[in-house]
Amino acid sequence: MSRAAVTRRRASLPYLLLLPAVLLELLVHLVPMLIGIVMSFKELTQFYIRDWGAAPWRGLENYRVSVDLDAPVGRDLLNSFFVTCAFSVLAVALCWLIGTTAAIFMQDAFRGRGLLRAVFLTPYALPVYAAVITWAFMFQRDNGMVNHVLHDQLGLVDEPPFWLLGGNSFPALVVVAVWKTWPFAFLMIMAALQNIPGELYEAASIDGAGVWQRIRKITMPSLRPINQVLVLVLFLWTFNDFNTPYLLFGEAAPERANLISVHIYQSSFVTWNFGAGSAMSVLLLLFLLVVTAVYLLATSRGRKSRA
Amino acid sequence: MNGLRAATAITLLTALTATGCGGGGQAGGAEAPKTLTYWASNQGPSIEADKEILAPELKKFEQQTGIKVELEVVPWSDLLNRILAATTSGQGPDVLNIGNTWSASLQATGALMPWDAAAFGKIGGRDRFVESALGSTGAAGSDPAAVPLYSMAYALYYHKKAFADAGIERPPATWDELVAAGKKLSTGGKWGLGAEGSNLSNNIHQVFVLAKQHGADFFDATGKADFTSDGAVAAVKQYVDLMATDKIIAPGNAEYDKNQSLQDFAKGDTAMILWQTAAATLESHGMSPDNFGVAPVPVASGTPGTGRNVNSMVAGINLAVFKNTDNLDGALKFVNFMTGDEEQKILNKTYGSIPPVKAAQQDEAFGTPALSVLRETLATSAAALPQVPAESQFETAVGTAVKELFADAASGRAITTELVRERLTKAQQQMP
Amino acid sequence: MPSAPPRSYVWARRVFLTLLTGFVLLPVYVMVSSSLKPLQDVSGKFRWLPSSVTISPYIDIWDTVPLARYFVNSLVVAGVATVFSVAIAIFAAYAVSRYDFPGKRVFTVTVLSTQMFPGILFLLPLFLIYVNIGNATGIALYGSRTGLILTYLTFSLPFSIWMLIGYFASIPRALDEAAAVDGCGPVATLFRIVIPAAIPGIVAVAVYAFMTAWGEVLFASVMTSDATRTLSVGLQGYATQNNVYWNQVMAASLVVSVPIVAGFLLLQRYLVAGLTAGAVK
Repeated sequence: MSRAAVTRRRASLPYLLLLPAVLLELLVHLVPMLIGIVMSFKELTQFYIRDWGAAPWRGLENYRVSVDLDAPVGRDLLNSFFVTCAFSVLAVALCWLIGTTAAIFMQDAFRGRGLLRAVFLTPYALPVYAAVITWAFMFQRDNGMVNHVLHDQLGLVDEPPFWLLGGNSFPALVVVAVWKTWPFAFLMIMAALQNIPGELYEAASIDGAGVWQRIRKITMPSLRPINQVLVLVLFLWTFNDFNTPYLLFGEAAPERANLISVHIYQSSFVTWNFGAGSAMSVLLLLFLLVVTAVYLLATSRGRKSRA
Repeated sequence: MNGLRAATAITLLTALTATGCGGGGQAGGAEAPKTLTYWASNQGPSIEADKEILAPELKKFEQQTGIKVELEVVPWSDLLNRILAATTSGQGPDVLNIGNTWSASLQATGALMPWDAAAFGKIGGRDRFVESALGSTGAAGSDPAAVPLYSMAYALYYHKKAFADAGIERPPATWDELVAAGKKLSTGGKWGLGAEGSNLSNNIHQVFVLAKQHGADFFDATGKADFTSDGAVAAVKQYVDLMATDKIIAPGNAEYDKNQSLQDFAKGDTAMILWQTAAATLESHGMSPDNFGVAPVPVASGTPGTGRNVNSMVAGINLAVFKNTDNLDGALKFVNFMTGDEEQKILNKTYGSIPPVKAAQQDEAFGTPALSVLRETLATSAAALPQVPAESQFETAVGTAVKELFADAASGRAITTELVRERLTKAQQQMP
Repeated sequence: MPSAPPRSYVWARRVFLTLLTGFVLLPVYVMVSSSLKPLQDVSGKFRWLPSSVTISPYIDIWDTVPLARYFVNSLVVAGVATVFSVAIAIFAAYAVSRYDFPGKRVFTVTVLSTQMFPGILFLLPLFLIYVNIGNATGIALYGSRTGLILTYLTFSLPFSIWMLIGYFASIPRALDEAAAVDGCGPVATLFRIVIPAAIPGIVAVAVYAFMTAWGEVLFASVMTSDATRTLSVGLQGYATQNNVYWNQVMAASLVVSVPIVAGFLLLQRYLVAGLTAGAVK
């Protein structure tokens, strides 16, 4: 074999290795995505879905309707957007906080640690439907466990409150999302903790630092790199979460818990208006792109200036 | 290839229609396919139960025609999405069940075969079906998108014992009587009436009928949404007021969307429910048919009829043929089989529904006290939900408005006419 | 930690972990106890203990829906998707972590950006693509397990690639070079050096990929037929038009989750060591 051929093979090797991933991403993510963007410029209602090619172009009309704040469609979308932001921030913060705290507390061995670790991972292993339906079962007003405890047993409230309707639906949604998701954060952080060299702790200990100080000065800074990505991924997943609200509330979520993915589902799948639904999705995608870019810039700069 | 064959088949059918000749034509000269795919909806206690119920019937069909039917019972949670997928791709079943209220929406997509006179001719003619059931098969003035398969109607189900204990002698026939009875029955942790406040379709069914009774429609003659007429507002308010001011519905019912009200009724916690064809379900909850009575849903005049005396929507399941079928002839044969007198009796008996086929309906099995009320209602005082393409948007928008009003009522907020009108205005603005 | 922690720390830990255990186990307890109740109990007022214990829900679940078939479908779909996802992610991550080539950055950024796509936006287009591929080539992707496998394995690819890039990067280059001196080509190096050193990370990715496929609902509801339906969708069959069999839902969920949790426990050791290096460079 000639030298040039070897070099050529070497140069093409990385592309060869990437090929399957690229093909699949194109097939499942990127091309459908582009089609989705094209859809957002069309009038794809039930009259046209049988033959998409024949659906008339609507230009930016779908977008205009989506962001028209004088009409209920636009206002609802905006409301749903704010609800989703609040929900994501809160759920991610709680998942991260609980996950981190649990992981740090379980860093050194104690009796029953292995068992507890298994217990904590259970919510991650349950099928989503099972987990959410169980919570819906517990949140029933008249027959649910939550009100049974709050009202019948502890007498904390005079009237049993609704959890799946009205204002309380928001905390209910957050609780379910956190219950389902925090074990993932726990896993990631628990793993990251294994990598912190023991000498660091020993040195700090010799300097007279207490356990709380060691957590603040050594553990938390060491977790920075993993936190950067963990928080981002959790945020993106939570923001796009469809299963939790849909299974918890059905197709008409209460206003306070009307997450954007369900909202878009209702605007496209329930009413068969895919042009409008796609336009909303594209707007959502743009927003997430901006958030991610800003987040990555901000956190990376922070990391560099510290180093 | 599929598309080509379907096109040939459709061309052929058109040709047959034009020349007026019937009889089993050989599709495109090719050998007629020997299988059919059928999507059934979940009508029985479970999907597996449906398969067991339908399997012997499909076997019968195979013996008669040599056509093997591949059955899939599609859960309600998936059915509309599966139809959507089939519509967009052209790849779907040959024959399928649809909720009859979807008829006009699905008709608008053009995915279902229109039932013109020739097609009806192959299943014994349009006249075999009950008129009210045909009213829910697609937009007025166009060929139906489906034919009726199972019919259901709303009725008032009441606890005989609770009524006797409260000294109520006969089931209420007017709304005033219903409220009065409800108030008597709502004591000691028990409630007069059950409702399914978070179930959008059920909300629609109830307020649609009440609107009729107030002389209003949710769509005008041109098919435009008209949710805020005085009659419509009054109807919605009247329904929610059963909880808000009459206080005969338990506040907890506002969140019901999984038929919990049926369970409450079966357990004796509520004395009445307005429900479609509930007998079989109540029995599955362990309730003996002797314990509950069935009466027509109240109307203001006390006598159900047409116009303002309508007291039920036409509920039911329709059978449609997918336009892209490559076995149109077989599909029609199958529809003919399923809507035949014999099968109609067997299936409707099993599912506790009423046959939409006149001859089958007269069978004595449907003359029991419980079923004759439903049969009578369907025949004389039921109206079809608006047959407009935007029906699903209507269900979502207005159903959600009613759900929100129930939530308000349950939390003690006053339900004023203004509030109802505001919610309905918002619902109307969401319509395309 | 070197010295024994102070009492305040021990108490804080005790309280926190106890509360957390309660939070985690409460729904699990509700599931277990409800699955042992007769239907009347479950649809009535909540009670901590069943009025009478019955195992009939565990018998009935098999008749209400074809649970065994759904379970096998889920297992096959999630299992095969996991194997391919991990293999493909390994190749891609190896290329990115070991080579410099034009387009590398574009690749990593694009792959990560797919995590932002709302599933609803590309569900229908993807479905159409599958149908058209089926019409053109005769490969049935719609309604088959293959289509679902392709979809799910791609869903877990981005995060898997990203994690493995970090993990591979932390394996010392000196090992690669030593292998090269011994005459190993790049592919042999991957199989003989990098993969064995990265086993924990690979297991972690595999668990993640499996769970992604195991729980997905939206795409499964459109892309499966009765024969290929997966558990996540199939479990909804316990909520029928007229009835919600709460006790059976819970029993079925527990039955199908036990093997998964057990598998989890077996892999836990690797998982903990594995997730580490992927993220921390």
